[in-house]
Amino acid sequence: MTHPAAIEVLRAGALTTVQDLGRPGWAHLGVPRSGALDPAALRLANRLVGNPEHAAGLEITLTGCTLRLTRATTVAVTGAEVPIQAGARPGDTGRPLSVPAGTVLRIGPARHGVRSWLAVAGGIDVPPVLGSRATDTLSGLGPPPLRDGDRLPLGEPVDAPAPVDSTCCPSPPPELHLTLGPGPREDWFTPTAFDRLLGSAYTISPVSNRVGARLAGAALPRAVAGELPSEGIALGAVQVPADGQPLIFLADHPTTGGYPVIGVVTDVTPLAQARPGTTVRFHGPQR
Amino acid sequence: MRIRPVGAHALLLDCTTPALVEAWRSELWRRREQGDLIAVEIVPAARTVLLDGLPDPTTTAQQLTRWASAVTAATTRPTQANPEDDDAADVVVPVSFDGPDLPNVAQHWGVDVSAVRHRITSTRFRVAFCGFAPGFPYLTGLPAELALPRLTTPRPRVPAGSVALAGPYAGIYPGASPGGWQLVGRTDLVLFDVAANPPARLNPGTTVRMVAA
Repeated sequence: MTHPAAIEVLRAGALTTVQDLGRPGWAHLGVPRSGALDPAALRLANRLVGNPEHAAGLEITLTGCTLRLTRATTVAVTGAEVPIQAGARPGDTGRPLSVPAGTVLRIGPARHGVRSWLAVAGGIDVPPVLGSRATDTLSGLGPPPLRDGDRLPLGEPVDAPAPVDSTCCPSPPPELHLTLGPGPREDWFTPTAFDRLLGSAYTISPVSNRVGARLAGAALPRAVAGELPSEGIALGAVQVPADGQPLIFLADHPTTGGYPVIGVVTDVTPLAQARPGTTVRFHGPQR
Repeated sequence: MRIRPVGAHALLLDCTTPALVEAWRSELWRRREQGDLIAVEIVPAARTVLLDGLPDPTTTAQQLTRWASAVTAATTRPTQANPEDDDAADVVVPVSFDGPDLPNVAQHWGVDVSAVRHRITSTRFRVAFCGFAPGFPYLTGLPAELALPRLTTPRPRVPAGSVALAGPYAGIYPGASPGGWQLVGRTDLVLFDVAANPPARLNPGTTVRMVAA
């Protein structure tokens, strides 16, 4: 019996996970949405190789990874600026690359940004869990993060790769400017807290992950002490724990939480590329 | 009832009481099923219902205001009129009452261990909401005066199926995880199965009885 087409994981890297567009619609059962931290970048990678946008690819973090592709196929990498080597041939981000069977694909460490998304024609065909193949690092649903020696099955390609030479993957800006929408618990903070959030520079803390981007900077003083009864959390919610340091919830966020939410970041995708130490500034929606 | 803004695509319905949370959850799920409401997530919690993935929160807020009086009226109706309150619909959870925190709970409640067991098995619980982990139910039904503190130091590993108490809630751990609730027993009932439909055995709104295994 011949082995079905697969990706063999030669070097898994710091954190490489299977991601698609996640499993929204189950939050009432305590199931996080999960999915690619920058869905647009994964969609683009999928379009470049002729996949439907919801196909599963790999989310690769900071240190890169090395993979062997057992069949001739087309791959594309989007997101962070990373060196790509397909066998002896260099590749570019944002551009489809056709590779022969047995190719060793090396994604190097990110030169800028943190995360890249690899799409392979046919998509990664691990069994879906609640409609998604995404690894949820909080609840453990979906396949575990990749380990050296893993073998991931590939699906059958459905369409030809996109007829494009390359696309534009802009480098992440040195400083992030995030638009902040209203939060449900502004009234749990002092009147100056929201202004302080808008007027201060924060930095991304090293303990940030797929659950949330932790920030360090001006503490946000509370007007109401004590615990808030658990309530539902939206993507991008800026939660303020007892120490006053804000945390922005990303794709693997818990479905409920007990700390007050002061605001909600309208678009969290730039945070997917924010390295620890990156400066973050917030501005209101009216600007 | 108060509608609180949550960014550009969500609203938080602040219901003030658990009974209103349940009434709103039930109404909003029904409305969505009927096609009156478009929302990706309708998430009940302790005092609130989150509506997320709304195409137009302003329109949804107007709908909620229109539906409010009917929802409030529903909570004041006698419970016998509600077909969901049929005893036959209760999920029965067989529990071995051998949890390590039973003596502690008994002490807090000022009773002996057998009275704790009796209190739990004679309570009709309702799943107020799920959270913490997939399929973890927050069960209401115990009187407020029996609320319990969490452990000062959470356990690094609580076994799957552990039946536990904290604050005003009872809960059941669907899988092994760290946990700070007081453990009173355990069940073999599978609480979360991704192959089942729905995947959670105890969904919000479900009524639950615990029986000694």
